Amino acid sequence: MSLNIEDNEVDIVIAALRSDLTAFMEKWRPFFSRFHLIIIKDPDMEEDLQIPPGFDHQVFTKSDMAQILGATSINFSGHSCRYFGYLVSRKKYIVSIDDDCLPARDNTGTLVDAVAQHIVNLKTPATPFFFNTLYDPFCKGADFVRGFPFSLRNGVECVLSCGLWLNIADYDAPTQVVKPNDRNVRYVDAVMTVPVRAMMPVSGINIGFNRELLGPALLPGLRLAGEGKQRWETMEDIWCGLCTKVVCDHLGLGVKSGLPYVWRGDGVDAQGAMESLKREWEGVKLMEEVVPFFQSVRLPRTAVTAEDCVIEMAAMVKEQLGPLNPVFASAADAMVEWVKLWKAVGSQGA
Amino acid sequence: MADSASIPSTPLLKDELDIVIPTIRNLDFLEMWRPYFQPYHLIIVQDGDPSKTIKVPEGFDYELYNRNDINRILGPKASCISFKDSACRCFGYMISKKKYIYTIDDDCFVAKDPSGKEINALEQHIKNLLCPSTPFFFNTLYDPFREGADFVRGYPFSLREGVPTAVSHGLWLNIPDYDAPTQLVKPRERNTRYVDAVLTVPKGTLFPMCGMNLGFNRELIGPAMYFGLMGDGQPIGRYDDMWAGWCTKVICDHLGLGVKTGLPYIWHSKASNPFVNLKKEYKGIFWQEELIPFFQSVVLPKDCTTVQKCYIELSKQVKEKLGKIDPYFDKLADAMVTWIEAWDEHNPSGAAAEKPNGTAK
Repeated sequence: MSLNIEDNEVDIVIAALRSDLTAFMEKWRPFFSRFHLIIIKDPDMEEDLQIPPGFDHQVFTKSDMAQILGATSINFSGHSCRYFGYLVSRKKYIVSIDDDCLPARDNTGTLVDAVAQHIVNLKTPATPFFFNTLYDPFCKGADFVRGFPFSLRNGVECVLSCGLWLNIADYDAPTQVVKPNDRNVRYVDAVMTVPVRAMMPVSGINIGFNRELLGPALLPGLRLAGEGKQRWETMEDIWCGLCTKVVCDHLGLGVKSGLPYVWRGDGVDAQGAMESLKREWEGVKLMEEVVPFFQSVRLPRTAVTAEDCVIEMAAMVKEQLGPLNPVFASAADAMVEWVKLWKAVGSQGA
Repeated sequence: MADSASIPSTPLLKDELDIVIPTIRNLDFLEMWRPYFQPYHLIIVQDGDPSKTIKVPEGFDYELYNRNDINRILGPKASCISFKDSACRCFGYMISKKKYIYTIDDDCFVAKDPSGKEINALEQHIKNLLCPSTPFFFNTLYDPFREGADFVRGYPFSLREGVPTAVSHGLWLNIPDYDAPTQLVKPRERNTRYVDAVLTVPKGTLFPMCGMNLGFNRELIGPAMYFGLMGDGQPIGRYDDMWAGWCTKVICDHLGLGVKTGLPYIWHSKASNPFVNLKKEYKGIFWQEELIPFFQSVVLPKDCTTVQKCYIELSKQVKEKLGKIDPYFDKLADAMVTWIEAWDEHNPSGAAAEKPNGTAK
């Protein structure tokens, strides 16, 4: 599919949770170098960042963030620092990849341009109202199958592209403890639209999104009491994804899952996972409480933008989930605060 | 004998599964499937001229029914079984006494996976049917019960047991299952992409169920697999499996059963004539615009706790809401009732199985 990707359409946002980004950026250079990079240094990190030359990039540190945001109740430390990057970007599309991921190889052995694949996903329609059994009908060599209603073949705008991971899959702590040596080696050559009303776990490790349409809905809401720097010690992206999917479903926008893959990580420290599990059982339990909420949440017709939707959801979260756990009450506050920040900082000019 | 692609632990289920094959030409394709199908009992439904003899290759255990047999066995209720259309295959589902059905078209052959190994499609369907589905929450790594996969971070633990799988919908390499307009525009397109995934179709989501390469748990969902009124004397064709799929999915969603799609692939060798197809599908293309909203909004009452009850209720709603599109739907609604009556007559004990609890074996 020969889709044109303009250099100035895309920002690549990297949350730097490690100081030496050299290897990471060198490996991604063929796919990153034409785009502008926004690199956010984890506010908790002391060391200076090491960034190889030759990239058009901007680095934001703790003090930059304080200066731009002023006083805010949102905690941007750890993986959440990337949301600051989403806030200050002015591009139509954002691609964000964890700094412990490298380009993967597809089944032919070719390195995968994850950035390009995310943009292709975002620039071709999604089809949330009916499931196409040959997956993405806009992909070369595929189409809508017999029985797919013609009126649904235009599709809707895809605003979120959820990529996957080879090697270390994005498992939670209990699964890592049980299967420390499992590696994801299966390259599934498909992109598909996640149907409307289907809930899903959005992993922030490898995503792309349409900032113009969805920006306000990608938010640092849920912060676990003992949130850590390992992905399995967070739920921020999972919470964000559940909210975002409700927003997309309500606004008639699409979410895709599948390609691209990135190659993730060096290895899982089972001992570390066990330690996390002792601290982070909380995150796993929280999910149980939110499922009925997300299964039944319905937004009012009057919510017509992502901001509107987030504000409505925040109120519902506060009312229905707040009493269950203070973490949810804080999440609701963070969602409201985020929309304020978005209006103040995020939506200024193009 | 082809190299067995099976991992030792997948049971053969040879006494629990029937293979239903509709045919109007011949069964030559069975030779290629012999290593995989020979252990099983076949139900051949011979469409078209009953005076023609269809030769079944040596060595297969089978029963064969032609139109005369169908008329004799069902009497007046035979009116619900299509003639001159592969939809007649559902007679085979009704007459079977087994727990599982695999149905395949006679122009479908053994495919190869990307490593060049032959695909044992039946074994994959059995795997799909024997392990749970996960319709309530989408797993981004697809079927979490496959080796090498699992539930991802964020997947609620309370939903990880899954539900019993009622349907396993397989795919096709080579000739894709396109509608006539698409075939006309893209006559040369071939499906060459092997997508190594099985996934559950989420609850509340409809899909186009193709009957070419399909497995299902007859005990869980059999009565919903009515392939409608197609072919001779009917205004429509090539919507038999679609109709069954929409009814089945709505009922599965209501009863808490799962539907999977993806692997296995078979090799679809024959491209049917797109002009013939267009004539058959023509009305369907317009009608489906109204059928889809109908199925998307169907609500089955709580007291529909068996497949038959769900199906009868569905037939009432078809009559009430779709009758105005075309008198065909009036006839179809009646045929749906006839089908259930015939099903219950031929499957008396344990026919009305209550909503299952626990996972499939």
